[in-house]
Amino acid sequence: MPYRAEKPPLAETPEQLRARIPGWGADLDPADRPSYPRERTDLPTGAHWDFPERQPEPYPRERSIEHTQLPPVFGTAQPLQGAAGAIRRYAYDRFSEGRAAHWLLLIAADRVESTTEHLKSFATTRPDNPITETGILSEPRRHPIASRRGRVDVRHQVLDPLIVAGPWIAGGLAAVAVLRRVLR
Amino acid sequence: MRAMVYRGPYKVRVEEKDVPRIEHPNDAIVKVVRAAICGSDLHLYHGMMPDTRIGHTFGHEFIGVVEQVGSSVQNLQVGDRVMVPFNIYCGTCFFCARGLYSNCHNVNPNATAVGGIYGYSHTTGGYDGGQAQYVRVPFADVGPQKIPDWLDDEDALLMTDALSTGYFGAQLADIREGDTVAVLGAGPVGLFAARSAWLMGAGRVVVIDQLDYRLEKAKEFAYAETRNYAEYDDIVVEMKYATDGLGFDRVIEAVGAEADGNLIQHVTAAKLKLQGGSPVALNWAIDGVRKGGTVSVMGAYGPIFSAVKFGDAMNKGLTLRMNQAPVARQWPRLLEHIRNGYLKPSDIVTHRIPLEHIAEGYHMMSSKLDGMIKPVIIPDED
Repeated sequence: MPYRAEKPPLAETPEQLRARIPGWGADLDPADRPSYPRERTDLPTGAHWDFPERQPEPYPRERSIEHTQLPPVFGTAQPLQGAAGAIRRYAYDRFSEGRAAHWLLLIAADRVESTTEHLKSFATTRPDNPITETGILSEPRRHPIASRRGRVDVRHQVLDPLIVAGPWIAGGLAAVAVLRRVLR
Repeated sequence: MRAMVYRGPYKVRVEEKDVPRIEHPNDAIVKVVRAAICGSDLHLYHGMMPDTRIGHTFGHEFIGVVEQVGSSVQNLQVGDRVMVPFNIYCGTCFFCARGLYSNCHNVNPNATAVGGIYGYSHTTGGYDGGQAQYVRVPFADVGPQKIPDWLDDEDALLMTDALSTGYFGAQLADIREGDTVAVLGAGPVGLFAARSAWLMGAGRVVVIDQLDYRLEKAKEFAYAETRNYAEYDDIVVEMKYATDGLGFDRVIEAVGAEADGNLIQHVTAAKLKLQGGSPVALNWAIDGVRKGGTVSVMGAYGPIFSAVKFGDAMNKGLTLRMNQAPVARQWPRLLEHIRNGYLKPSDIVTHRIPLEHIAEGYHMMSSKLDGMIKPVIIPDED
């Protein structure tokens, strides 16, 4: 009990634990733990440069204003484009990572992009298909009822279809409202 | 090549994409042999991570064969079978020079607070990931390592994140002989953290989750006691009662941004994205650890604010320790443990899914169907 100095006794002795659990105590000495101490300057990394050669910058790469220069290596997947790209560029150019506006703008840009890209997909030979892309076709083969029995998170899962379909329903209702006003 | 691509929250598909090319002299192109879906991929899948772009290929856990190397690569050759840590890092910046590989400053223009991670949005650098047939691997001389001949593909795959992160999480908890350790979350990282706690001499390990099949795995794989939090009115009270009122010496939080167990936290964070993450498990850790104890946070959170109970942490005099795991630092010791028979990482693999069916894999992982714990993705059927 914490009201007295003694620690509550354990159910098993170290000898019993060593006999029951493979490797018990193998890293008992902190010196055997690879991240002890956390900061070390004697680790070989395989790097053979003081500062890495710079990767060519194929387009003006967006960067956090907390970076005083473009890091020498960066990802080139999905460059900025369209309306979402403009929002992202503004978020990176204007706000530091310490500002909520930076992150909230990036999240807003994500929603703008998912809407515009879905709409654009309907003009392609492979439009978005919510049946195949959400993977729900796996349900009948994967014990959908037994897998969910007794789980507390299931009551929140009813919100998932709303999150996927909600923006489309809202968009549709808005379109109908606009159409009605125009026709009136 | 065929690659998984993100199409918006809860939607992914497989598309034809260009094979990545060498963009820096120390790049390699790796043909992916096995990849995995990580629990943290669900944060991207659910649209929680800022700057997750349509068309992005996820996947930070993968192994493969070197297909091509840049002009300055010295340590790898075409044909080498390699495991690739989820961290992208240069090896020589201020942080890498101190062993903080997951905090590299030279690989992520989009943020200074986060290092580089494969397939984990532009917030971690904008690199496409390994749930594809090919992937670009920057700093090929630094991160990847040849897989020893004796190591199975799936064991090597799990070393690229889940095992290394769980092992690192147990180290951050600063476990001493005889300590009582609670692990929140019985997913892959929690299972490996619980197993690793014994390696460090824990006297008692209790794993807490709400999924019975995962708690069964915690008993069998991690030799742990278990508690299903759904069976208790208040799991923090149980954490106190289970330790004679003291609280656990060390608590490892292996849940992260989508923690359930509190309706308001879960809905505002995981559903409405108004928080960087739902800190339910983190708050349970803060309240369930003993005064003066240590909380190790392995769960991943987004960069915006979360409603964390710092007042309790301060008043209890806690040590809170956390970081993305510097994966390659863990490898030499983990290889010893695997070779000695102390760990068999692939014991937690439950599903093997062809890349073409990855949308179903994401749905199963997200909805926790069919007893899924760890799905392995197979880009090319053998």
